[in-house]
Amino acid sequence: MIDVIIENVRLIDPAAGLDQHGALLVRDGRIADLGGGLGRPEGAQVIDGDGAILCPGLVDMRAEVGEPGGEYRETIASAAVAAAAGGITTLAALPDTKPAIDDPALVRHLRARGEETGSLTILPYGAATKGCRGEELAELGLLREAGAVAFTDGARAIGSARMMRLILAYAKGFGARVVQHPEDPSLAEGGAATSGELATRLGLPAIHPAAEALMVARDLRLLRMTGGSLHFAHVSTGEAIDLIRMAKAQGLDVTCDTAPPYFDLNETAIGNFRTYAKLSPPLRCEADRLAVLAAVVDGTIDAIASDHQPRDADDKRLPFAQAAPGGAGLATLLAVTLAQVHGGALDVSRALGLLTCGPAGLLGAKGGTLARGSSADLCLFDLDAAWQIQSGALPGRAQNTPFDGRAVEGQVIGTWKAGRRVFG
Amino acid sequence: MPLTHRHLLQIEGLHPPEIDTMLDLAESYALLNRSGKTQRDLLRGRTLINLFFEDSTRTRTSFELAGKRLGADVINMSVSTSSVNKGETLLDTAATLNAMNCDLLVVRHGDSGAPALLARKVDAAVINAGDGMHEHPTQALLDALTIRRRRGRLEGLTVAICGDVLHSRVARSNIFLLSAMGSRVRVIGPPTLMPTEIERLGVEVFHDMREGLRDCDIVMMLRLQKERMTRGLIPSFREFFRFYGLDAEKLACAKPDALVMHPGPMNRGVEIASDVADDPVRSLIKEQVEMGVAVRMAVLDILARRSSRND
Repeated sequence: MIDVIIENVRLIDPAAGLDQHGALLVRDGRIADLGGGLGRPEGAQVIDGDGAILCPGLVDMRAEVGEPGGEYRETIASAAVAAAAGGITTLAALPDTKPAIDDPALVRHLRARGEETGSLTILPYGAATKGCRGEELAELGLLREAGAVAFTDGARAIGSARMMRLILAYAKGFGARVVQHPEDPSLAEGGAATSGELATRLGLPAIHPAAEALMVARDLRLLRMTGGSLHFAHVSTGEAIDLIRMAKAQGLDVTCDTAPPYFDLNETAIGNFRTYAKLSPPLRCEADRLAVLAAVVDGTIDAIASDHQPRDADDKRLPFAQAAPGGAGLATLLAVTLAQVHGGALDVSRALGLLTCGPAGLLGAKGGTLARGSSADLCLFDLDAAWQIQSGALPGRAQNTPFDGRAVEGQVIGTWKAGRRVFG
Repeated sequence: MPLTHRHLLQIEGLHPPEIDTMLDLAESYALLNRSGKTQRDLLRGRTLINLFFEDSTRTRTSFELAGKRLGADVINMSVSTSSVNKGETLLDTAATLNAMNCDLLVVRHGDSGAPALLARKVDAAVINAGDGMHEHPTQALLDALTIRRRRGRLEGLTVAICGDVLHSRVARSNIFLLSAMGSRVRVIGPPTLMPTEIERLGVEVFHDMREGLRDCDIVMMLRLQKERMTRGLIPSFREFFRFYGLDAEKLACAKPDALVMHPGPMNRGVEIASDVADDPVRSLIKEQVEMGVAVRMAVLDILARRSSRND
């Protein structure tokens, strides 16, 4: 493998607090050197970055990849294409598949499937309960040994307080993080939109935003009882965020992420029954959107995940209440996050931290850094290049973007996995 | 002012002059119907399909009669709601209807937004005959026509809409229409049957029926969706009738000449007492049915004129 030097770039490594003009040298799939005034080794392939930003490949801590059991929606191969186009080189895959990832062999299988793509490291979540049914503990120890990065029942909330207590306590023994979809199932059952004026006008079955805060409050109390570490996925309401902020201040080992729809869109996106904007949790009111954004800015939110949930047209071309929730997010994760950089809420280094070392740290994963010696997982992007998100024109199979038609600035030019160019 | 929309999917968003136009035309059809004359050449050669995913004898019959009185070819299609995948049926049906060159499509469906989804897929003008908990626009129009004929106006009247507001498409359409036309609208019902933030639709909310009925001109009762009660939103029908059923005693709290309406079919002894429902002076329930045909004739007439097949 010949050396590759990517020159004339703005190097940003949030993990190291690095933001400088320079170059980066890749040797044997690893980052050999970086900085200003780097010499060209003889015979190296030279790439001119033309002033674009070079950062670690993005680490997406929450995505569905369609395998096993949902291959008509997405496969790991198609997810890898979308991820590469979005600058993502590492992805944590949810376990509520068919069958659920509750067996060590399935964890190994998913890791191997990721390696086969050559462009995407897949970090499997293990199921917290058998079949993600919320009834019996899964074999957390064996799953952990096989390489499960954390435990969750995916899009299904762990509803029983007793079950959640057991999971938190048992996972603590293996030093593993538990990830909850924070939504009280009895309050959310059958709901399709956030309760409020819009759902009332449209006559849609509604989910009160308190369903999220209630679950967060309950789980924080359980965490005080058991110890261990707890992570709330895709938080979407100000009330839940306030509880998490307070718990963090008190020193509890609690973290959370959100996804771009929750700080970029509000419930009005579902106007006229647009099923592509039907998500779980549902899009919230404007005050909640602003609260999510404020929590991204003040650091209460530790990571931004794509929350990629591939759905095919038949899942979505249904009356709103019947349509499957979920939005495609891999290819748009970076660009929609960068909207907050262009809007002045975040500086670019902070934004990239939430997409790289932030989630990598939560998952205990290696990626998300430009440190010398680490795998050359890289993302090169033009901060200012404008494009339009269009359903039907997205890379990969899933086209169900809630951002259809949105103009964004920030386009991936190249993605490298272990020194090999996989996009651009 | 002519209707600016190709379909009639909802009342929300219609302008008062558009509503007036429809009510005026409906009024003329009401007179025509009473005179025994017909207009059978108006929709001659046009095809009207009644596509009902939910059972409804009364609305379907009303549209059927309206279509026939205007000379349309009327076909009734009932699609079983028990079929496993309703959504698939919906879009498959849309493709079938396009192949049949249907001009006017009347749709009832158990899910909010289903007629809007169909309207994007079919060539015909779509009329929403009730979708989930969303809207039932022709019901609101016929209610408005009934009130206007009795009271001479809608503006300035106080109208109470009572009962299961949460699940009611009739309530939503009436709230939008009556508010647009200058009526004061109140909603009355137990808190568990009230949608959240309903007051933001410009209505006043009451949980005490006697208090809510005070000084009302019109008392509009809603059908209690008995099948929904399995979710335990009220403890029993007898308790509901005790506090929210309209009987002579509660009606006495409204204005002395207050009129009583109900979209039908009624659950007698649950939301309304028989003596009130059958009161020949106060009850407008039979007249609502009569106005239903006239309103639907007007809507079919207007949308058929607008439909591209007319060109």
